[in-house]
Amino acid sequence: MNDTRTLSAEPAGKAPAPASSRSVRGLGGARHLGLVAALVLLAIVGLVTQPDNFATSSNLVSVLALAATIGVITVGMTFVIIGGGIDLSVGAIMALASVWATTVATQSYGPVVMALCAILVGAGAGALNGFLISYGRMVPFIATLAMMVAAGGLAQRMSDRRTQLVRPENDAIMALSTTKVLGLPLLVYIFAAVVAAGWVLLNRTTFGRRTFAVGGNPEAARLAGIDVRRHTMLLYTLSGVCCGIAAILIMARTTTGSSTHGNLYELDAIAAVIIGGTLLTGGRGTIIGSILGLLIFTVITNLFILNGLNTSDQLIAKGLIIVAAVLLQRRSLRSSS
Amino acid sequence: MQDMRDPLLVMRGIVKQFPGVRALDGVDLEVRAGEVHCLLGQNGAGKSTLIKTLAGAHQPDEGTITFAGQEVRLTGPIAAIKLGISTIYQELDLVDGLSVADNIFLGHEKAAFGFTRTGDTNRAAAELLGRLGHGEIAPTTEVGTLPPAGKQVVSMARALSHDTRLIVMDEPSAALAHDEVDNLFRIVRELTAAGVAVVYISHRLEEIREIGDRITVLKDGRTVAVGLPARETPTREIISLMTGRDMENVFPERPAPGSHDGRPEVLRVEGLTVPGVVTDVSFSVREGEIVGLAGLVGSGRSEILEAVYGARGCSGRIELNGAPVRGISSAVRLGIGLAPEERKAQALLMDQSVAGNITLSGLGLYSRLGWLDRKRELADAKAQIDELDLRPADPSRPIRTLSGGNQQKAVLARWLVNRRKLLLLDEPTRGVDVGARADLYAVIRRLADEGIGVLLVSSELPEVLGLADRVLVIREGRAVHQSDARDLDEHRVLDMIMEGSAL
Ligand SMILES: Nc1ncnc2c1ncn2[C@@H]1O[C@H](COP(=O)(O)OP(=O)(O)OP(=O)(O)O)[C@@H](O)[C@H]1O
Ligand SMILES: [Mg+2]
Repeated sequence: MNDTRTLSAEPAGKAPAPASSRSVRGLGGARHLGLVAALVLLAIVGLVTQPDNFATSSNLVSVLALAATIGVITVGMTFVIIGGGIDLSVGAIMALASVWATTVATQSYGPVVMALCAILVGAGAGALNGFLISYGRMVPFIATLAMMVAAGGLAQRMSDRRTQLVRPENDAIMALSTTKVLGLPLLVYIFAAVVAAGWVLLNRTTFGRRTFAVGGNPEAARLAGIDVRRHTMLLYTLSGVCCGIAAILIMARTTTGSSTHGNLYELDAIAAVIIGGTLLTGGRGTIIGSILGLLIFTVITNLFILNGLNTSDQLIAKGLIIVAAVLLQRRSLRSSS
Repeated sequence: MQDMRDPLLVMRGIVKQFPGVRALDGVDLEVRAGEVHCLLGQNGAGKSTLIKTLAGAHQPDEGTITFAGQEVRLTGPIAAIKLGISTIYQELDLVDGLSVADNIFLGHEKAAFGFTRTGDTNRAAAELLGRLGHGEIAPTTEVGTLPPAGKQVVSMARALSHDTRLIVMDEPSAALAHDEVDNLFRIVRELTAAGVAVVYISHRLEEIREIGDRITVLKDGRTVAVGLPARETPTREIISLMTGRDMENVFPERPAPGSHDGRPEVLRVEGLTVPGVVTDVSFSVREGEIVGLAGLVGSGRSEILEAVYGARGCSGRIELNGAPVRGISSAVRLGIGLAPEERKAQALLMDQSVAGNITLSGLGLYSRLGWLDRKRELADAKAQIDELDLRPADPSRPIRTLSGGNQQKAVLARWLVNRRKLLLLDEPTRGVDVGARADLYAVIRRLADEGIGVLLVSSELPEVLGLADRVLVIREGRAVHQSDARDLDEHRVLDMIMEGSAL
């Protein structure tokens, strides 16, 4: 019976697009073309409506600086969502980290300790999220909602609802925003570094591969010998660390720590991830897509401001874009399966 | 070095209690190195639960496990894998979004300092797939795009990717066609020749005869027989050990040949073509008739069913009682029901109760102005549970806690609640035990006798030939033969199915 081989060719014969998993997860897969096209379109709108202001280097720098803070958070959010969860507490954790890092006590130790403090606060809050979800078996939505409320409250309490200024002797923090290399402020490079690290972590390491597994089929991951709880815990901790880094960036940009920082950042970050093609149910997604989604959002904000339109219209436009993106995404999913 | 005669694995007095069910009630199992040890038992007997405690996926409440002379505690899947026990689970547990290679090495990735080595991973995966006779599956393919048989191969490759001394296979052949099973057996023989022990679970007795060495039979969570010789033990004895009853005929009586001739056609298919898979297939199903589609996995049988159900783009004419079928909603409205091939992915809501799954497509029957009459819903579900002898007979239990065969019964029960004019059954007895199979066959025949048309796809030829009135042989998407089932025998059909494919 040497016919088995030809016969058994059937399964693969039915499988379309063998290399799709690579390209979807890799850089610039076909899925991202739509996002890039949308960005180009927005740029054209900018050039036409504001020929003198849009394409100036100062405007582009401000777009990137604006994107950097939420961008760092978006990287962490991408991991959490691919891993099958959601993190509503990112904005509040960032605010708490910024407040904690700018207290009189922390500031007395200098800028390095301030930065470390922000990151540790983020990591701690994220780890607590992860603990509640994986070991406390809480639904991610609820656990992080509770964290959002509680961390926001703690930030208000620590700061007495006052905006805390970064003191002049700690201006090294501000330098992240004022020092420019090749025309771009340092914080844009930090953003880029976080994105690059996130991409490598997601696509080139076991941790990343397991994140897809944990989000795509947790039972399969468990049976394959992956410690799903520990992994989930690490994912939320990672998201918290990103919030800490974002807190450093926002301190640099605004020279303040405040409980009002990061208001609604969670929604922008989640929206960017979804627009970028990551499945809200987990198991699939890309860092590049999320960042493109975020840039689209930021450029829209920028265009509205340049054209002097009000923020309500801006919110409506953003809502429409989310709907359009998700509809498009469903289209491309269907055609790929 | 261990003596070959000493058992490699000894499980003693294993007890596993789930809320409301004692799945294992003192089970013993002894497996020697280099043997194929078959585990038999009805649906829900506890086979999968037993091997899950062996895989470290469940913790037993009582009992001891001795492996290679050492008493061990399998605290988790990792512990079992480290000892050299790998498992192919009954419900394929793969991650759809990951590639074939990533799935195979999930949990023990080929990596350096946490960085995955994609090249190595793909090469090693290709080698394993090649060993399994499936070099044509590309390691980079996304697993979600593979058909069930392909996924089964990936699960198998995953089990082989570990250094193992014992491989447990929980119904590995359920998703495989005839020729694929030969392939599987070749691998099993290679493994046992190398001294690896294999625990093999299957509901197909002819497989046990071919590949097995010894048999352990479970019934209701207890061991009722150990170490029976797999080849010599009479079928009667095995069945009566498993079921506690004697069985004469598996297949129900068929109406006389030609008795359907005058009856109206329920389904008429003309020139059905699904691009690339099915070419110009025409047939009809009359009232009260069971028509079987025989063919290899991938020959287009499932696609024909899907096309009839309106779930697949196609050209040609499909009519139900003379009305054209356009899309799924018109198929459902006209009275077609489909029991799909992959119950977990395509049919069941795993988190819902048994009752919720059974009444899912018939909710309209119990609602008034959108208000559900839950009492009647539950009563109907209960009636079907009793009729099909679904176990445990508790409508409110989540369906995910049922054994595979019982889940399959729930899928069928759905179309018993919501009576149809035409039933499309894709592998209706996959994973169903001999006793329950006979019950299901009787139910299907009874439905036909009540005037329903049935279109049946099964990879098990005896099933198609024993149950159907008329058989359509499908090869590479074409209908190559059509005749009364009683005029065919297994060899003839196999010849027709395989013909030309040796090239
Ligand atoms: N997680 C669970 N929670 C509750 N009950 C369970 C669970 N898993 C299995 N059971 C119950 O334990 C019993 C044994 O199930 P098991 O899956 O081991 O049967 P099986 O012998 O493998 O049957 P099949 O041949 O149908 O696969 C069944 O009554 C089942 O409903
Ligand atoms: Mg089972």
